Order: sequence, then structure tokens, then C-alpha cells
Amino acid sequence: MSEKRTGAQILCEALIMNGVDTMFGIPGGAIMPFYHAMWEYRSDLRHILCRHEQGAGHAAEGFARSTGRIGVCIGTSGPGTTNLVTPIADAWMDSTPMLAICGQVSSTVLGKDAFQETDITGITMPITKHNYLVKNINDIAYVVKEAIHIATTGRYGPVLVDITKDALQASAVPDYSKKIFLPGYRPTVTGSKKQIKAALSLMLKSKKPVLMIGNGVMMSDASAEIRVFAERYKIPVITTLHALGAFPEDHDLSLGMPGMHGWVHVNRAIQEADFLMNIGGRFDDRVTGKASTFAPIAKIVHVDIDPSEIGKNIEVEIPIVGDARIVTLSLLEEEPEEKLVAEFHKNAAEWLTYIRELQTKHQHKQQYLNRPDTSTMMPHDVYAALTKQMNTRGNYRVVTDVGQHQMWAAQLLDWYKPRTHITSGGAGTMGFAVPAALGVAVAHPEDTVWAIAGDGGFQMTNQEMIVVIQENIKNMKIAIINNGFLGMVRQWQELFEGKRYSGTPLTSPNFQMLAEAYGWTGITVESVDQIDAAIDRAYATDGPVLIDFRVEREVNVFPMVPQNKSIGEMITE
Amino acid sequence: MKIHTLVVLVQDHPGVLNRAVSMFRRRGYNIASLVVGHTETPGVSRMTIVVESENVEQVVKQLYRLVEVLKISDVTEDPVVDREMVLVKLHVTGQHRAEIVALTEVFTAKIVDVAQNTMVIEMTGGPAKVDNFIDVIRPFGIKEMMRTGRITMVRGGKGHSGAELIDQAAE
Ligand SMILES: Cc1ncc(C[n+]2csc(CCOP(=O)(O)OP(=O)(O)O)c2C)c(N)n1
Ligand SMILES: [Mg+2]
Repeated sequence: MSEKRTGAQILCEALIMNGVDTMFGIPGGAIMPFYHAMWEYRSDLRHILCRHEQGAGHAAEGFARSTGRIGVCIGTSGPGTTNLVTPIADAWMDSTPMLAICGQVSSTVLGKDAFQETDITGITMPITKHNYLVKNINDIAYVVKEAIHIATTGRYGPVLVDITKDALQASAVPDYSKKIFLPGYRPTVTGSKKQIKAALSLMLKSKKPVLMIGNGVMMSDASAEIRVFAERYKIPVITTLHALGAFPEDHDLSLGMPGMHGWVHVNRAIQEADFLMNIGGRFDDRVTGKASTFAPIAKIVHVDIDPSEIGKNIEVEIPIVGDARIVTLSLLEEEPEEKLVAEFHKNAAEWLTYIRELQTKHQHKQQYLNRPDTSTMMPHDVYAALTKQMNTRGNYRVVTDVGQHQMWAAQLLDWYKPRTHITSGGAGTMGFAVPAALGVAVAHPEDTVWAIAGDGGFQMTNQEMIVVIQENIKNMKIAIINNGFLGMVRQWQELFEGKRYSGTPLTSPNFQMLAEAYGWTGITVESVDQIDAAIDRAYATDGPVLIDFRVEREVNVFPMVPQNKSIGEMITE
Repeated sequence: MKIHTLVVLVQDHPGVLNRAVSMFRRRGYNIASLVVGHTETPGVSRMTIVVESENVEQVVKQLYRLVEVLKISDVTEDPVVDREMVLVKLHVTGQHRAEIVALTEVFTAKIVDVAQNTMVIEMTGGPAKVDNFIDVIRPFGIKEMMRTGRITMVRGGKGHSGAELIDQAAE
């Protein structure tokens, strides 16, 4: 490799060497040299042209969250990169490994308000794990390596690399061999043995234990280890929104989702538990409710790879800094006295029986027990049918948008496998589902990928549907839970603001016709009896299908914890 | 609110000050003073940050999230040498000159500029001594003033050099 290359060629080669094979983006002036070069590398470096950089960013997120690999998105200087800001912020909140490559104006005019110049490193400083402005061709190879390293180690996150046009156009002999040197960045992955021992002995002393797992379990691929741990100690498992699927929901020990729209029995269990171990969750306020009232009795162990998460929202008894999988493995290495374990099993079993009683008294997983009693088409009917079909047909992944439909999906669909439920959690970004599902579909051609969106969020990014056609992607389907409202906001207005529906009623285009205009198969469903046939047809069609489910308009997601209330105070109807 | 002093060693990259300051702003912490400068090790800068906060633990953890931060020491409770410099320009009329000269001697300050109606005094000391000096000199009529903010070093063998941190990382 002693031949000269352009900066853009070096960029392509560095990406390939660091494991990138798929990118989502849109070209423009400053980034054109990269597009010029990537043509030569197209057999190793697939570029998927999106219709809006926000779409490219979310597609990269979908790719990353469903594979665990870095998701790459590209925008040109100025508006191209500002359009990436939302998905970068989204990836930041959900610790998604992402690399954003941005074109920048030439270094000769940088700082002079040149055409399409935006200070994207300045703008994204608070929402990236790290970012770079590269002005010298000789830095490109190393920066790409370092950026991907940072994005995919420790607590994952987005890293942005802004490269000036003249650096991309210059030529030089590349040096790919420079070793990563980051004296200030050494994430702790192995938990302290002493703390791990202490955590386990604290657990074994408890009578009402719960294990709560979060995004970290998904990101570190710790599902198998968590399962072994849970089964060994027979400890009930709570899965946060981002951990849905990391522990199979049909398991005897699975309790389900906690928090604002979690199940009553799960929140009650948290409030009554005397021990709570949180592995890889960050005690988000949607999980804890009013933090000072959360798990008042429990002694809390918090395992997180990011030390700054520990003690931030909830005070803990035992902090353990480390990777969720590695810490779980260390927990499994411990061999406590069998007598203690037997006693613990006995108590945990009684506790679980008690929680299951609560569960029968309150909400159930089963859709129909949670369904309001009417003959019209309820969202619950759609989810019930989807659940049945997904279970029988297998190999599904679901990407949800933000709103009521998102919470119903989390509550009502069945989650068995890691990385099958993908959603915008921390940022709650409407418009996430369609482009993120595109990214998932690209990464998993063997699976059926469902985007479930509301009528509102769908219209924020539906332009990416045409990318599915251009790229000949066959395995993506869209279900719109069309309730004619910005439903989640309407629900709050109904419950807390005297039904003043200000700015929430929503007129939509004919989604079936829109789908057809894009070259998709479009289906409209208006009553319960049409649901099954529509889903059958979606599965039978070898290609993308959109189903517009025109559901009952004013339905609420229950149970619900009002904002800033204790999770012990749930509204159930 | 408690006052904490943090000594922070960072890689001397463009934007690193911006990253640190931006973190303080968005997390709602109050910076009382911040001084950055070179250290004995090329490529390593040192900041002395004085923060007003009940609990500085979160501040430290959040700062550590920045990739370029090498080492943070909370030296609030340590024996330290604390220094700050102030330049004061006084409006001086003939009758007060002698008195001011006497005061500068008491504070081992230096008169670094004398003009027809003004005088610039340079004074260095611990923050309390600087406060004290300013209080004493104020009645003479301060025209301009600039304090540097404090720089801090732990006494004795404790403390960290930039080189030691870089070497550790290279191992
Ligand atoms: C980009 C963005 N804008 C606004 C919001 C605030 N918001 C949260 S849920 C919601 C309503 C979503 O409506 P729809 O997509 O129809 O889903 P539904 O709740 O009806 O299922 C809104 C506006 C948001 N989360 N994201
Ligand atoms: Mg809606």
C-alpha cells in the first residue's frame, strides 16, 4: 500500500478495514469526492441513497441496533449535516454505535461563512461521544479507526467525523498501521470482584428480589448469560423498553416491562422488593417515575459500563462498573453456599407466586384482557392478530415509532429474542420507525421487518419508502396504527387537560394510495374482520406492503403512571 | 453551596476546553473560575476548575466521559498551593501616591506602570489575600481590574504529571 491515494479513497479503505460494509447517505458539494471514490469500492462498501439525511441517520441506527455493528450515515456540509442532528441525538440517548461522516467546506475557506458551511462539530459536541474536524489528509486513516473504536467500545454512542473537501481531494500515501492511542479513554469492562461478591451476598439475604435488565444487556449481547443467572437463582426478571426480547417473555421468571406504561404487577413488585439488581439500565425517569419514591424498600445494585450513570438518578447500595455480559459472567463464577441458595430459592418462589397473584388481579399480557369492550376496531385487535401471525410465521423484527402505538407494541406483542424490538427510547424521536426499519431490513434480509408507526410519526419520514423500492428490499412491511390523532399527546390532553384537543387532530392522506404511488402494496383495514386477511396478504406478498389500520380514535394506553408520580400510583382505566 | 477545586489534566487538542465548558453548562453546574495552561509535558494541558456544587462526584464522572480527559483530582480537602494574579489600574491623584506605594509593599505587590493619572499594580497570592488586597485598594478608585482565576498545585509528593499519565496509557 505504498501508492498514493486521494483522501476520499483512504476514507473508503479505512472504513472497509474497520469492518464497515454498508452506509446510508446523501451526496452534495463538500462530500462529492467521497462519492466519487466510493464507486470504485462499491463491491465492498454498499451505499444506500436515502431521501433525507434524517432517514439516513435512523437507517444507520436500525442497522446498528439490530446487528450490534457500527451504523454509518453520510451528509454533506451545511444542511446535509444539520439534518443528521436528530438521529445523532437519538443515537446518543440510546447508546447506539454510529459513525456520522460529514463533508465540510475546504480548509481554505473554513470559518469564513463559505457556501454551506456549518460548524457541525460545535453543534454536535453535546450529543456525540466524540467528534473530529479533519483538515489534513494524513489524519483520515487514523481518525476513522479511532472514531469507530470509540463508538463501539465502552458505552456505545455516536461519533462524528467532519472532513474538509480539500483533505478528501488531496493525495498522499496512506498509513493504516498507526496504533490507537487514547490515554484518556479506558472504559472499565470487568466489574470489581469484591463488589460482585458483595452484590451476590446482598441478593442472597433478600426475600423479595428482582433483576431488572436494560439496554446494556442488549448492547453487550448478554441475554444468554442473564438467562443462566436468572435460572440459577430463580430470580424474577423485569425487562425495560430497550431490553424487550433480551429475556424471553414466555419464561416462568419473566415479569415484563416496568415504568410509565409498564404492568401494574411489575411496578408493584419494584415498590415492594427488598432487593433490586439493575444490569445495564440507566434508571430513566420513564422507568422510575418520581425518583425519590422508586423502590423505597429495596437495596439496589447497579451494574453499568458508564460510571456517570451510577448514582445519577437513583442512589445505590452497591455500584458495579463494567460490561453487562462480563459482569454477569463474573456473577456466575461465584459459588455461594448451597444452603443459602436453597433458602433464597424458597423465598424467591413465594415472592414470585405473590407477584403472579397481583398479575391476575391487574393487567395481563393477553391483549383481550386489556381491551376496552367495544365492537369497533381497537388497536388491541390489530396487535393480537399481529402477535398470532408473527408467532406462527417466525423470524420477525419490529421497529416502532413514538407514541401510543409504540407503547402498545411494547406491551402487547411477544418478545422472545434479542434485537427483535427496536425503538427510539431515550429521545422519543417521531419519524424513527420507517427509516430505522429500512436499516434493519438491509441488515437482516432473512427476517420480516415490521415498522409500526402512528399516522403522525409515519408522515415525518415516509419518503424513505422509495428507498426500499430502489434498493429492491423485499422484507419490509409497515403497519400504521391510524387513529386520526397525535394520539399520545391527545391521551394526556384527555386525562390531564380537560380534553382540550389543541393541535392534536390529524388529517392524513390516503395511505394506501400513497403506498401504491411509491410502488408498495397498500391495504386499508377498517374493521376487525379484515385484519387477518390483510396481514395474510402482507406475508404472502413478495415485496413491501403497507397496511393502514384505521382504528378507534380515542383509545388510551393503560396502565399509566402520570408524569412525576410514584410508579406505585398507576391509572388502570 | 460548597466550593470545590478540581485539577484536570487533558490532552491538548483543539476544542477540549469547549467540550469541558459545554458539559458544565448543559449539566447545570456553576463554574466560579477556570484556568487552562500548558504543563511540563507537551500535548498535555492542565485546568484548575473551581466549581460551586453540593456534590462534585457527578461533575467528575461527567468530565471523565470526555475522551480527552486524562485525570481529574478533587483537591478541595488537600493541602495545596493556590495562586491567583490580579492587575489593577487605579486612578491616582498626587496626594494618594505614597499611601498606595506603602500598601503595595505590605502586600508584596508590584507597581508595573505609572502614568500621569493612573497606576497599574500587579499582585499575586492566595485567593483570600487577593480579595483582601482588592478591598483595601478599592477606596482609591479602581479604573480597571482583571483577575486570572486560581491555579492550584497539591503540596508534597501527591499530584500527577502529564508524562506519567501518557506513559501509563502507552503501556
Ligand atoms: C419529532 C417529535 N415531535 C414531537 C413529539 C411529541 N410527541 C410524542 S408522541 C406524539 C404523538 C404521535 O402521534 P402518532 O405518530 O399518530 O402516534 P400515536 O400516539 O397516535 O400512536 C407526539 C407529537 C415527538 N416525540 N417527536
Ligand atoms: Mg396517531
